[in-house]
Amino acid sequence: MTSTYAVLSEGLEKRFGEVRAVRGLDLAVARGSVVGMLGPNGAGKTTAVRLLATLLRPDAGSARIAGHDLVREPHAVRRAIGVTGQYASVDGDLTGRQNLRLFARLHRVRDTAARAGELLDRFGLAEAADRPVSTYSGGMRRRLDLAASLIRHPAVLFLDEPTTGLDPVSRNQIWDAVGALKAEGTTVLLTTQYLEEADRLADQVVLMDRGRIAHSGSPPQLKALIGSYAEVVVAHADVMVAAAGVLDQLTGAEPSFDHDRHAVGAVCLDPTLTLPRLVRELDAAGVPLLDASLRPPTLDDVFLRLTETPATDHSDHSDVKERAA
Amino acid sequence: MSALAYDGAAMLGRQLRRARNNPGLLILTQTMPISMLLFFGYVFGSALAVPGEEYRRFLVPGLLVATAAGGIMTGMFQAAQDTHRGVMDRFRTLPMSRAAVPLGQVVADLVLTAAGTVPFLLVGLAVGWRIEGGALAAAGAFALLLLFRFTAVWIGVFLGLLTRSEEAAGQLGGATFLLPLLSSAYIPTEGLPGWLRTAAEWNPISAVTTALRDLFGNAPVPDGAAWPVAHPVAGSLAWCAVLLAVFVPLAVRTYAAGPK
Ligand SMILES: Nc1ncnc2c1ncn2[C@@H]1O[C@H](COP(=O)(O)OP(=O)(O)OP(=O)(O)O)[C@@H](O)[C@H]1O
Ligand SMILES: [Mg+2]
Repeated sequence: MTSTYAVLSEGLEKRFGEVRAVRGLDLAVARGSVVGMLGPNGAGKTTAVRLLATLLRPDAGSARIAGHDLVREPHAVRRAIGVTGQYASVDGDLTGRQNLRLFARLHRVRDTAARAGELLDRFGLAEAADRPVSTYSGGMRRRLDLAASLIRHPAVLFLDEPTTGLDPVSRNQIWDAVGALKAEGTTVLLTTQYLEEADRLADQVVLMDRGRIAHSGSPPQLKALIGSYAEVVVAHADVMVAAAGVLDQLTGAEPSFDHDRHAVGAVCLDPTLTLPRLVRELDAAGVPLLDASLRPPTLDDVFLRLTETPATDHSDHSDVKERAA
Repeated sequence: MSALAYDGAAMLGRQLRRARNNPGLLILTQTMPISMLLFFGYVFGSALAVPGEEYRRFLVPGLLVATAAGGIMTGMFQAAQDTHRGVMDRFRTLPMSRAAVPLGQVVADLVLTAAGTVPFLLVGLAVGWRIEGGALAAAGAFALLLLFRFTAVWIGVFLGLLTRSEEAAGQLGGATFLLPLLSSAYIPTEGLPGWLRTAAEWNPISAVTTALRDLFGNAPVPDGAAWPVAHPVAGSLAWCAVLLAVFVPLAVRTYAAGPK
């Protein structure tokens, strides 16, 4: 328990037949931090969470969760964690209150009615508390799911895509809840498709691609990895190709075109590129420039850039099947 | 062990609450054997050589056991549904006893089945069925019926956890409907040709049905039957013991292991 890491895994592996869903996952999550796991569909995020939450047995590797060995002490791990899976895992035939009281009872909470009441209030479900969960909206079910994961103040909370499919209001509620949990010292590992979410909530972002970690770091660190995003607007369509040639040379990345606006943009890997230099070089090449900008990258830029051409090995990815959409 | 009892009781509470929230399904499953009793009892009862009332006395224990065998489908459906809906995943991440989830389901089923048998027996009494033996023997008959149901539901839970498919459970439902047809539940096996009679008498439903008829005093043990039917009480107990010894560990292990 004294370890500084709430989650520490080494070489975790999981195969499903031919598919290597998770390949050698090394993860170190500092206690009290929020880690956002990002990755395209089929990257292995859900599998990673299910491994760490004792729902799947790893084929190889080891992990310690809140100081307990994942494989040898699953019961102790389960006492320390809360899990909200990608798909709702509450009982639709019971009411919200009945669900929470059942889970509280299984957690050996003394006063199950009081705990259920507290959580229902906290997640704005008091009014719907005595309706069957099958009548809840997606957002309500998600909130109930999260409440069910918090019954015994878990040391480590796993959230698999907690806000997918939610409207902005519900999403904000979940974000606030995660913020409050972090303030209480809970370690949170969440997966998401939304870079904005990771940017906003996570101290550390882990980019997963095809079963392994492609990159990890704080959001600013990841953004620094790709420097900036350069975009120029030219006078007419004929010179877009010339502009792209210059951008290609300066940024080392493949430019993309926006034909309507006569704009050419590229992610810039070189952090030393400055706007005056960009303008000078384009002018020297005779490109009639209307506008030029060099803005900090969003995590979206990082994500697209790093998962399309992984800096790591590409050769052994061919054996991984893509998940059917 | 006390953790198992505690968690098992919590899971039992869950199942009973679900049944209370959603009584429609329960009522539907209970009306099925009653309609079969009226249908078979009067349609077949008039067509057969035996007097109708005698056939209905013969039929009531058969339908009790056939309905109990339907526990395979009920158990399978519910285990598959829980897995499918993800609530099993939550139980698996809780620090609770591994056997409690299937155990809670099976015990809840027993409670509900026992309650559901009452209306069926009332209809049985109305159409001429009686307990014609001693009270102790009749109590033994009910105990045996519950043991058989318990066994059937465990088999179903295992199949449901294995297939994780509500559709497969529905389809197997049709198959469990066929099982009693090749047994002594609806017809006496004495009239069947040799090999068919042997097959029907090695159907566990035949042993339990014959035991019930014997204990209720509705019909004697047939002559020259295969061992489980010739010694129906011992045969029924042996069947249940063997099936439980196989399927309880399989179900618990499949639950604990989770999806591959
Ligand atoms: N039970 C399973 N059986 C077979 N293959 C599986 C199973 N679960 C996952 N996979 C495969 O493992 C790979 C990783 O899947 P996983 O669900 O972990 O991805 P993900 O990153 O969570 O994707 P998404 O963003 O779509 O949720 C995929 O190729 C998927 O098809
Ligand atoms: Mg997923």
